[in-house]
Amino acid sequence: MFKYYVRLAMDSIRRTPVLSTLMVMALGLGIGAFMTTFTVYYLMSGDPIPHKSSVLFAVQLDNWDPNEPPTESAADVQPQLTYRDGQNLMNADTPATLQAHMYATNAVVVPENDEPPFDEAIRATYQTFFEMFDVPFLYGQPWEDRDDEEHASVAVIGRELNDRLFNGENSVGRTIRLDDNFFKITGVIDDWQPMPRFYHADWSRAFEDTEQIFIPMSRAVDKPMGPSGNTNCWKPIDEDLPVLEAFLQSECVWTQFWAQLDTPEQAANYKDYLDNYVRDQKQIGRFERPLNTFLSNVQEWMEVNNVVKDDNRVLVRLSFLFLLVCVLNTVGLLLAKFLGKSGEVALRRAMGASRGAVFSQNLVEVGTIGVLGGIAGTGLAWLGLQAVASLYRGYQHLVHLDLVMLTAAIGLATLSAILAGLYPVWRVSRLAPAGLLKTQ
Amino acid sequence: MLKMNNISKVYRTELVETHALRELDLHVEEGEFVAVTGPSGSGKTTFLNVAGLLESPSSGDYILDGQDVSQQNDRQRSRIRNEKVGFIFQSFNLIPDLNLADNVEVPLRYRGWSGKERRRAVGDMLDLVGLGSRQNYLPSQLSGGQQQRVAIARALAGKPRFLLADEPTGNLDSEMADIVMKLLESINADGTTIVMVTHDPDLAHRASRNIHILDGRASDLVVPASTNVMPLPERGVARV
Repeated sequence: MFKYYVRLAMDSIRRTPVLSTLMVMALGLGIGAFMTTFTVYYLMSGDPIPHKSSVLFAVQLDNWDPNEPPTESAADVQPQLTYRDGQNLMNADTPATLQAHMYATNAVVVPENDEPPFDEAIRATYQTFFEMFDVPFLYGQPWEDRDDEEHASVAVIGRELNDRLFNGENSVGRTIRLDDNFFKITGVIDDWQPMPRFYHADWSRAFEDTEQIFIPMSRAVDKPMGPSGNTNCWKPIDEDLPVLEAFLQSECVWTQFWAQLDTPEQAANYKDYLDNYVRDQKQIGRFERPLNTFLSNVQEWMEVNNVVKDDNRVLVRLSFLFLLVCVLNTVGLLLAKFLGKSGEVALRRAMGASRGAVFSQNLVEVGTIGVLGGIAGTGLAWLGLQAVASLYRGYQHLVHLDLVMLTAAIGLATLSAILAGLYPVWRVSRLAPAGLLKTQ
Repeated sequence: MLKMNNISKVYRTELVETHALRELDLHVEEGEFVAVTGPSGSGKTTFLNVAGLLESPSSGDYILDGQDVSQQNDRQRSRIRNEKVGFIFQSFNLIPDLNLADNVEVPLRYRGWSGKERRRAVGDMLDLVGLGSRQNYLPSQLSGGQQQRVAIARALAGKPRFLLADEPTGNLDSEMADIVMKLLESINADGTTIVMVTHDPDLAHRASRNIHILDGRASDLVVPASTNVMPLPERGVARV
């Protein structure tokens, strides 16, 4: 009977095109608005590296102004580290499986071909970055451990840049010019866009593109290449030292630090290590605030950085309320539609349709309207996401509807339609046929 | 075939209580062609609705084809209606957006017949009423008489044992009405029991028996050679 009911539903929808279109659009608008906000929320709050997110930890050390209010949680502590603390940890024999120190910078890429030079974001880091974050390689591999120690002019580039500079060919062994310096390419990474970009998630950077160029941090500091992200200082830098040296030795925070800690015991040991490190630093006059060190795994780190803003949650709730309003409107429209065909219902009852059969038939019609509403809603959600992308810089990666979201949109629309239709369908199935047959 | 004993039907609102049927006793034997007459508001339609299981009686016993159907639930009543009862209405009640074949197959869908069975039955019934070549027509493309013939085909498609006709010729001119009546007589001759509500005494006389309903009670009519009809005493059992 299901196929028969679907056929009747399509006939019924064709028979009342205006009413049916109104219902489909009402549902579509509600679904479109909800799916737009929910998709952004869903992608913002997703786990960017699900197989390792519980063992990767961002490190925070509270080296801030002692006159500032006391620290109550990781969210109160600067999300970045000073250069010297990061370097001290990288050079120490810590209990971590892997550690990576990094910062964001940029340089002008000068192509070999006729293309004009262009500015490109760069991540200055250690070769451990690639193994720790499971970065996929298309060609070649990360630079060697000794390249970090030797401040080597080596680089890993992204697939997109490789396509642009080398037409997608294997560029390992070739050089890339950054400002006036040449860097030898050791590897080309495949498409890699963790969302959110957890390893540098402070402020509004969590939804930016991954960098297309990676170079050793030691080489970047030598060059020197200044940080392109937030740099926060609470204490004046030492004016007796050369500027670069003073900056590197300052209490300014501008680098990110991550550690891979595979077991809870290892994490506990690492935390102890950090606490002891800070105690040692206190003895030389640093870290004047109470001892506050924090380790946050990837999901915790997203919360610490408030990656999903409260505004997003409010928007999701508001759009859900809008969906409810659309569903309520659909209830009224469905009621009008079904009561309008009460004569046919009475006839079918006379021909042997039970109340259950009438209920099922009309529920299928409601479901069909829901599916159509879901399709319309998906289209509107796509348009909504394009609007989000055009309005907000850095949200480009949040504007795609994946299969899960497509299925969810159509499923939600169908469910909404069925919920909206339950009362009208029940009402029409309870109509007494006798009184209606005469008036047909 | 149909036995109603002491059937009453009362419609109640907060203010009014209307007795549509009052302790109605009525028996119809298998194969009979019974005409039910009576003035407007006498309870004919209510009787037809109760007989066709579209409404439940307020009290009394109703035996249809040997089965007590007075206290059946909706699913059971629907199944009996589908399998044993055919309806013909004054205003044909065809579904305007379905073609003739789809209209005729409506009761067969609820019977659960296969597509092949349905197609064969629909073809046979439309052939029977002389519209076999117009299966894909819409009702609006037919005359009133043709539409009523389609309605008859629909009523007969599931081979019911019992046909209920409510003013089947009420919307037809005399020529078309005669064609429809001949069709009903032919169906009755093949063994289908027919109960027909009509206002028209001429049509009533063509039935094998007349029952008059007045104030919710039924009585057999003596039908003399002339067109005058005389009701038997009220509350008489129509036939035992």
